[in-house]
Amino acid sequence: MSEATTGTMSGAAAPAAAPASRTPILEVRDLRVQFKTPLGTVNAVDGVSYELYEDEIVAVVGESGCGKSATQLAVMQLLQSPPGRIAGGEVVFEGQDLLKFKKNGPEMRKVRGGQIAMIFQEPINSLNPVLTIGDQLVEAYELHCGLKGQTDKQVAIDLLKMVGIPAAEKRVNDYPHQFSGGMCQRVMIAMGLSCSPRILIADEPTTALDVTTQAQMLELMKNLVREMHASLVIVTHNLGVVARYVERIYVMYAGRVVESGSTKDIFGNPRHPYTLGLLKSVPRLDEVQGSRLIPIEGMPPNLIDMPGTCAFLPRCPYAVEQCRTEPWPELTCVGEGHCARCYVNVEERRS
Amino acid sequence: MSRQPADQQEILRLTDLAVHFPVRRGIWQRKMGIVKAVDGVNLTVKRGETLGLVGESGCGKTTIGRTVIRLYKPTSGSVWFEGKDISTLNERELRPVRRRMSLIFQDPSGSLDPRKSAGNIVGAPLRIHHLVKGRKEYSERVEQLFRLVGLDPSMIDRVPHEFSGGQRQRIGIARALACDPSLIICDEPVSALDVSMQAQIMNLLSDLQEGLGGLAYIFIAHDLSVVRHVSDRVAVMYLGRIVELTESAQLYVAPKHPYTQALLAAVPIPDPFVEEAREHAILEGEIPSPLNPPTGCTFHPRCPYCTAACKTQVPELREVADGHYVSCLLA
Ligand SMILES: Nc1ncnc2c1ncn2[C@@H]1O[C@H](COP(=O)(O)OP(=O)(O)OP(=O)(O)O)[C@@H](O)[C@H]1O
Ligand SMILES: Nc1ncnc2c1ncn2[C@@H]1O[C@H](COP(=O)(O)OP(=O)(O)OP(=O)(O)O)[C@@H](O)[C@H]1O
Ligand SMILES: [Mg+2]
Ligand SMILES: [Mg+2]
Repeated sequence: MSEATTGTMSGAAAPAAAPASRTPILEVRDLRVQFKTPLGTVNAVDGVSYELYEDEIVAVVGESGCGKSATQLAVMQLLQSPPGRIAGGEVVFEGQDLLKFKKNGPEMRKVRGGQIAMIFQEPINSLNPVLTIGDQLVEAYELHCGLKGQTDKQVAIDLLKMVGIPAAEKRVNDYPHQFSGGMCQRVMIAMGLSCSPRILIADEPTTALDVTTQAQMLELMKNLVREMHASLVIVTHNLGVVARYVERIYVMYAGRVVESGSTKDIFGNPRHPYTLGLLKSVPRLDEVQGSRLIPIEGMPPNLIDMPGTCAFLPRCPYAVEQCRTEPWPELTCVGEGHCARCYVNVEERRS
Repeated sequence: MSRQPADQQEILRLTDLAVHFPVRRGIWQRKMGIVKAVDGVNLTVKRGETLGLVGESGCGKTTIGRTVIRLYKPTSGSVWFEGKDISTLNERELRPVRRRMSLIFQDPSGSLDPRKSAGNIVGAPLRIHHLVKGRKEYSERVEQLFRLVGLDPSMIDRVPHEFSGGQRQRIGIARALACDPSLIICDEPVSALDVSMQAQIMNLLSDLQEGLGGLAYIFIAHDLSVVRHVSDRVAVMYLGRIVELTESAQLYVAPKHPYTQALLAAVPIPDPFVEEAREHAILEGEIPSPLNPPTGCTFHPRCPYCTAACKTQVPELREVADGHYVSCLLA
């Protein structure tokens, strides 16, 4: 175990851009999610496809409302319905299409938590205030591993130790309000990983936390998934987190993937104007004092009445005639493992 | 630094400011202890300057902001604003002072009355302080404020929920500007916004400062890259005290306090090529309970360089280089 761990942690074995020879552990194809609202149908996820390979850390980034959470909730079949509905697509996990399983059927329950686990924002709201931390850990463990009433409290203590909570033997009897935000988040991570899932999905796991706690949580998740040879999907707005922790990125805009590639390709050679816009709008600690941010003008589109043309067109500084007359292009390869959904070669236009 | 005579350029000076809160528990509301939310802070803000305040949650940033605007009364020490000690003024005496400073909040929607129109909200300070004569001047001024923050005056009659998060923050800024203040306290003004909204609002704040000569900001945030971007000087706080104060340009290249160094290391830089080469020393542990702070230097239990002296001796904020103040025995 320790040998294998060192192997992956060194980073050498981690894939930058996923080679074609490997088979993905999760393959999402043409996923569609809709929400029925009084104003019309929101196409929150509009034909999203992506892959996840074994042992990798991937990020899904994009502005608020672009469909990041809806995508992940659909994969887990956790969408609240109504108003949500999976309107099409496939989610292939270990050779089986999860969307063929009943939402609350035994197969899906086994996958959820046991093989694919998810951690949400706002840890304090995800814990039950009237149950001890230990009881909740045991409950999550039994639920995820399909056991019933035979679990020793020691399991909960070991889980708390795994996520680095000091004096675990004592703290296991505490209630959530006796834990700080950072400690609650550690408990959520322990629950998510209690059954050694193949995939951990962390949806904005750290936005509500201090930078120091955020760094602790991300290090913890990274190290634990590496040890378990699991894959980690981080859903976030924070481009710094992405640059530090992930190997590949999917950039979403208006319910679609607009660019995907290795972290270095996305940052070093962004090919979609939206990606470029995101990168230029964030301040950096190491920037020259007095430099100006360049925000993306305007706002993301209303997902109810989407034009057939590129949804980024109204905000795009690089648009050409073709963008106005032709439909939104497909995701096209622009390099090895690097794809973008754009008619313009931003790289050329910039120089 | 609080000993020097106040000069013309200085707009705000906090001297030995302390704000303590009693903590009460149980049905009898018995006093359990006190939280020293702010404990001996000395600071100055110059006209037209942006002073950043950073630190982990609970370190006292908001309390400083609210004490400056006198929503809280200092437990001890004083607040000098435009050459006048305002720490003991009563509500009536504070009125003219409150015209000269305002507050922008983190949560744009929570701070705006959902039933009032945007125009009404922005114009409220004009009415409260009787700053305009007659209807016409009032609506002209409100429209002007809308344009100043990049909102279309045709949206004056809309209610807050008909605006996006970024637009609501603009309404908050327009309201803060209404009475022509010389100091605005921005308490996490961009923390709830998306990256591109965040950039728009940060640019707006700096444009306003350039356009309205002399406007000063106290900019509070826990995101160090945001604070550094907008601030001329940055004060790093830990458990109610300032542990380091320096020019923003110095902060990243020459941080002196181990806590500042740890905060900087925790902030990832959005550039994988830079991150690859950076050392990721993670600060362990959490902020101690403010009810029972550690002895000596309050940072010592988490400090990688802690010595025996650090556990007993309280370090003072000393000037270690020109305009660079650090409170660390080892600095
Ligand atoms: N319950 C719902 N009813 C109606 N619309 C919804 C509902 N949930 C989500 N949506 C819409 O679906 C779209 C995608 O939402 P989603 O939560 O996936 O965004 P996100 O990318 O996760 O954003 P954030 O970064 O803010 O979490 C949004 O436009 C949102 O308004
Ligand atoms: N009105 C109050 N009554 C009692 N305690 C208070 C009050 N306001 C703040 N405190 C306490 O004072 C300390 C400082 O709080 P403050 O809100 O100033 O921190 P902050 O730095 O703004 O934190 P955050 O980043 O979470 O906003 C905290 O321990 C807090 O619990
Ligand atoms: Mg989301
Ligand atoms: Mg605060």
